[in-house]
Amino acid sequence: MSQVHVTTKINGDSTEYLCDADETLLDVLRDRLQMTGSKEGCGTGDCGACTIILDGRPVCSCLVLGAEAEGRSVETIEGMANGEELHPLQRHFLNGAALQCGICTPGILVAAKALLAQNANPSETEIRYWLAGNLCRCTGYDKIIRAVQSAAAEMRGETHAA
Amino acid sequence: MPLDRDPADRTYKVVGHRHNRPDGIDKVTGRAKFGADLAAPGLLHGRILRSPHAHARIKSIDTSKALALEGVKAIVTAADFPDHPQVLEDGELTNIRYNVMAREKALYDGHAVAAVAASNPRIAAKALKLIEVDYEVLPHVVDVELAMKDDAPILHDHIRTEGMEDAPDCPTNVAERIELGYGDVEAGFAEADVVIERQFRTGAAHQGYIEPHACLANISGDGSGDLWCCTQGQFMVRDVCAQLNGMDVSKLRVTPSEIGGGFGGKTTVFIEPVAVALSRKAGKPVKIVMNRGEVFRATGPTASSAIWVKMGCKRDGTITAAQAELKYQGGAFPGSPVSMGAMTAFACYQPKTLKAIGWDVVTNRPKQAAYRAPGAPMAAFAVESIVEELAHTIGMDPVDFRLKNAATSGSKSAYGPTYSDIGLVETLEAVKAHPNYAIKLGPNQGRGVASGFWFNFGGQTAVTLNLNIDGTVALSVGTPDIGGSRASMCAMAAEELGIPYHHVQTIIADTGSLGFNDVTDGSRVTFASGLATIEAARNAAKVLCERAAKIWGIPADAVTWENGCAVPAGPNAGEFPPMTIKELAKKAGETGGPIAGHFEVSADGAGPSFATHLVDAEVDRETGRITILRYLIVQDAGKAVSPAYVEGQMQGGAVQGIGWALNEEYIYNDKGVMENPGFLDYRVPVASDLPMIDTQIVEVPNPGHPYGVRGVGETSIVPPLGAVANAVAAAVGARPEELPMSPPRLLKLMKEQAQPLAAE
Ligand code: FES
Ligand code: FES
Repeated sequence: MSQVHVTTKINGDSTEYLCDADETLLDVLRDRLQMTGSKEGCGTGDCGACTIILDGRPVCSCLVLGAEAEGRSVETIEGMANGEELHPLQRHFLNGAALQCGICTPGILVAAKALLAQNANPSETEIRYWLAGNLCRCTGYDKIIRAVQSAAAEMRGETHAA
Repeated sequence: MPLDRDPADRTYKVVGHRHNRPDGIDKVTGRAKFGADLAAPGLLHGRILRSPHAHARIKSIDTSKALALEGVKAIVTAADFPDHPQVLEDGELTNIRYNVMAREKALYDGHAVAAVAASNPRIAAKALKLIEVDYEVLPHVVDVELAMKDDAPILHDHIRTEGMEDAPDCPTNVAERIELGYGDVEAGFAEADVVIERQFRTGAAHQGYIEPHACLANISGDGSGDLWCCTQGQFMVRDVCAQLNGMDVSKLRVTPSEIGGGFGGKTTVFIEPVAVALSRKAGKPVKIVMNRGEVFRATGPTASSAIWVKMGCKRDGTITAAQAELKYQGGAFPGSPVSMGAMTAFACYQPKTLKAIGWDVVTNRPKQAAYRAPGAPMAAFAVESIVEELAHTIGMDPVDFRLKNAATSGSKSAYGPTYSDIGLVETLEAVKAHPNYAIKLGPNQGRGVASGFWFNFGGQTAVTLNLNIDGTVALSVGTPDIGGSRASMCAMAAEELGIPYHHVQTIIADTGSLGFNDVTDGSRVTFASGLATIEAARNAAKVLCERAAKIWGIPADAVTWENGCAVPAGPNAGEFPPMTIKELAKKAGETGGPIAGHFEVSADGAGPSFATHLVDAEVDRETGRITILRYLIVQDAGKAVSPAYVEGQMQGGAVQGIGWALNEEYIYNDKGVMENPGFLDYRVPVASDLPMIDTQIVEVPNPGHPYGVRGVGETSIVPPLGAVANAVAAAVGARPEELPMSPPRLLKLMKEQAQPLAAE
């Protein structure tokens, strides 16, 4: 089977790759580009561990084909920190013990970033529904919700950096 | 190792404060390497062919067409795991071998039958379709009570019921009967003013870790090699994989990856021995990653159960008799946690008489694996339901009723031993004093309480601590970190050595670098690895003192370790300024060589942890949906080394319990095939299902640990099933006897309860 040639932007950098026609974007990221920050928890769109941002919208990369990224813009967990400087969400997750094992964390951070990009001041209920597609089995979500709230407050300039 | 004498007076500089964890940055930036995140040059991808039948004789397997497919490099079947003597000598190892690759029969839907290694995952998947297996489908049984019947389909011809003198000498699915208790329960019931009995059932719940099992094996031509995998115990993986593959244990080095959740489910092996066999056969590295369907169908959920409980009490609340019969099915092999269920069932109380009988049953389901306080939550659900009902029947506040009967420090536990210092009473009193206990409830809302107990374990533990040239410390522990334990180890080592938290770096060592460690289970890590860390640090401090003494030319016992420095001990030792750890580290080469401390132990003294949970729930009478309105956990942590992570353990366990109570269960069709092997249909709690989970840590020091630490990871899943059921019972006025309380079950319960009322 001949492979598909794809040109896309990943975390701001132009990237080219070859992939099989039936290969998911998640597999391309992980297996071909060695960007293993996005995780596969289910492969069927039910856990959110593979969440990336595609043209500004959060999607499950296990449900997107590698070929579909042609000409689009992809953001992953690897692009979230600015060099050594963590994104406020990353910092608040660390300070607030919002991760235990950490396997769900990349997907949840990426999904939360997409939320705050369109709603700077979400209510607890809005955060809970926005993240309902991101499973976490370790934390019971409490500290995750609080970390998103406190990161949002900092990003709105209401509190100082944690 | 006993509690330091005055823990209450001790002020901790590092322990008990909030610190960022050493693996934190990597986990928020995507850099952390989990089981599936490793690659290797020339990597092959392994896939496993699984039985579509619940029970079938394997008449033949023809792999020739699959082997002929371009890109296929190796195939293994049961024939590749021959009868090595060390396997046959060990019953559990024999069962594990059978579980990782079916032999004469496939024993459940999803049982591994063959495995392929190919140059990419898509070719491997194609090859599976070309393997021809000739099955003779056999009758199956998945229900625990049906499996106990005389005419049930039999899984194993060799099983006879252990623990029964008069067990008939014919094959059975009942692997064991256990019994414990004291006193005469019949006399106890005769003494009671109120007696209540009920029959309960719970579904099989899966641990539901978000990271599927994954490993990468790389075995070279000389038969030695490496294995990378996500596991709760790299030493267990090494020992089992080497023995199943007929290798010397020394030939296999296992490196644990970061682990994306385990909760007990990664305390055994499934794909790891298969990857080793494939890699050896192909002469190339082989990676196997399960998909979610495989995780559900072929790894271990916990047991499903049928539990009968009968209890009696006097009008003043005294429990005079407690009796239970517990039937647990643990899947296709013996080993369900029924004995733990029987031991923990009444462990929160001091009934005057007690009798508990347990049955361990095999069925055509995947081999159960440990799940957080294995065996205890379902027993607690049954007992706490009856306890709540007794309290209501005699008109006593349910917390007071529990206080009246609570196990206390120095009391004899229901399962035998005498409790040391324990904190159940403290958790009950904290619940009573909490504002949530006084909030007024609305219509269709109910409040439930339940307490829970877990033993906690110690186990075999080895820790090594090395001092670096600049006075910082490298700490190696052998227990995988599943919830932030590295941070606690850093804190304990720093506390002992009197150095800053960030001067200690903790790693989880591979099997070649450290002595044997038991798996991370039984809530043992903070306790046992912590205890060994403290002792290793104290040993290192002793060496540091000796070195200072040498430099000063005074006897070693004239030097003590204080605040990160060696200081002369008392006036006779002479006048020397304190010597810092940094100075001593720098001079190590001249004073006797590298400075290290290590400690090896079979730790005992892991104090049990008790908890009490309080939940308010609301029932939608039309849809049967249950909403958790408020949730409070109060738990005894002995001494919380990392309070935020203790809270996290408590919250995570409670939410798993809520899922088990409300939604989670294995559903089988009439062919014994699992119908919901995915997160869409096996529904774990999501963020929008839940409120914030309130926590309160109680600290009753564990006399078996220098700082008083107790394990906290498991107790938190014990009370929620009963607490939620009690809240729902209060809301609807009828008692749920079957978990999960899914909407159809709850609607049925409400309908049945409405009928007699209508007839009145
Ligand atoms: S892996 Fe994509 S949603 Fe689970
Ligand atoms: S931290 Fe483990 S799944 Fe979320």
